[in-house]
Amino acid sequence: MKPPAFTYHRPTTVTEALRTLAEVGPDGKVLAGGQSLVPVLNMRLAAPGHLVDINRLEELSYVRVSDSEVRVGALARHADTERDEAAFAAIPLLRQATAHVAHPAVRNRGTTVGSLAHADPAAELPAVLSLLAGSVVLASSSGRRTVGADDFFIGPLESAVRPDELAVEAVFPRPPARTGTAWLEISRRRGDYALCGVGALVTLDEDRRVVAARACFISVGPTPVLVDLTDAADWAEAGALAAAAVDPEDDIHATAAYRRHLVRVLTARACARAAEAVHE
Amino acid sequence: MSDHEVRLTVNGVPHTVRVPARRLLSDCLRHDLRLTGTHVGCEHGVCGACTVLVDGKPMRSCLLFAVTVDGASITTVEGCRTPDGGLGPVQQAFWDCHGLQCGFCTPGFITTITAFLQENPAPTEEEAREAIGGNLCRCTGYQNIVASVLRAAELMRSAPPPDPPPSDPVDHELSFGVDGVSRDELHDQPSPGAGSRS
Repeated sequence: MKPPAFTYHRPTTVTEALRTLAEVGPDGKVLAGGQSLVPVLNMRLAAPGHLVDINRLEELSYVRVSDSEVRVGALARHADTERDEAAFAAIPLLRQATAHVAHPAVRNRGTTVGSLAHADPAAELPAVLSLLAGSVVLASSSGRRTVGADDFFIGPLESAVRPDELAVEAVFPRPPARTGTAWLEISRRRGDYALCGVGALVTLDEDRRVVAARACFISVGPTPVLVDLTDAADWAEAGALAAAAVDPEDDIHATAAYRRHLVRVLTARACARAAEAVHE
Repeated sequence: MSDHEVRLTVNGVPHTVRVPARRLLSDCLRHDLRLTGTHVGCEHGVCGACTVLVDGKPMRSCLLFAVTVDGASITTVEGCRTPDGGLGPVQQAFWDCHGLQCGFCTPGFITTITAFLQENPAPTEEEAREAIGGNLCRCTGYQNIVASVLRAAELMRSAPPPDPPPSDPVDHELSFGVDGVSRDELHDQPSPGAGSRS
């Protein structure tokens, strides 16, 4: 179908965008890549009165890597995040997970920060932010605040972004030394929504003993589900621990039991792969 | 909710249109610019039939408002021809390998593969499958489309640089052939895209 009519705004600076968002209030919606928003509009599941197009805010089109973190601006496309060599060297998980976001044509337009703000329980980037204990910087005409991943994802398709706010930047902290990561997911077809996806992060000591192990799951709860697996005796036990920690639901794509099975199997595989990725 | 002036360069030709903000790029191309080569299948980003190149990158035109890509250069399937109007290398590969049946999904494949081969001129079969993963085809079973990707790569590697447009494009088209096979011989095979869908 065709999207409903709306009033279109195209600010050219962040200040102007924030002023417009404050003016239009709850009847407004931010248009970044639009790869989730436009399907919703086309299917008439939403009809915002105003769209504030941020695609001219070039100042937000960046992926910046420092010693402590990777900062991704609101206009960085998935493809920018995925291909950035410095970001990959700092946090390989960003590329590992982003490669599973839909298809290249969608990644060329959709944005990393937009995926976070959209807070789809089947989306990869929210789990990456949770696993790395990252945060999102929200700006409004009255100031800025930084919200940690724990508080950012509130429920399915619900994040902490208020109507007058723009998510301007995501901050992904670099994991400690001797840490490996992996991303695995199962979907009916490559690029489709995951039936279950898992990001794993494993830190080893000099003798390759596990110092820390965490995994974060998508499509098995209303928000990304983070599980600490540091105390597991081996990766099989880690899988069992994770399977006991999640509470998936049935839907037309998979039963809850099958999703729980995937959590167990994928956790063991992803943790083993993450541990292998720790280089001396 | 007044109309907006949008400037687009489509297949090298500049256009200015006045459209409402809600006009999808797919509809702008088809209805306002009468370029009906871009096909609209699902209209929510799943099928890939409407894929066009926006500043060289494949994107779903049904998930873009025309107004948001104001100023962009767009390449549609009509722009994937040779300069003289003959079949471009990806189109020729689809012909050679019988990469289409009803043809509805084909424009999205042609644009997607054109961009993919510019980035990866010598793909493996697995990479070719991955590249077309976002495009649905309900006729072919994909095997011939995968073959077409590899064939297109072959044609593009062996192709001489494009000739200047000939004075008489009709003559040139008749002499167009692949590997010594003239177009007349190719016509002896069942013509792809011919026949009824029903």
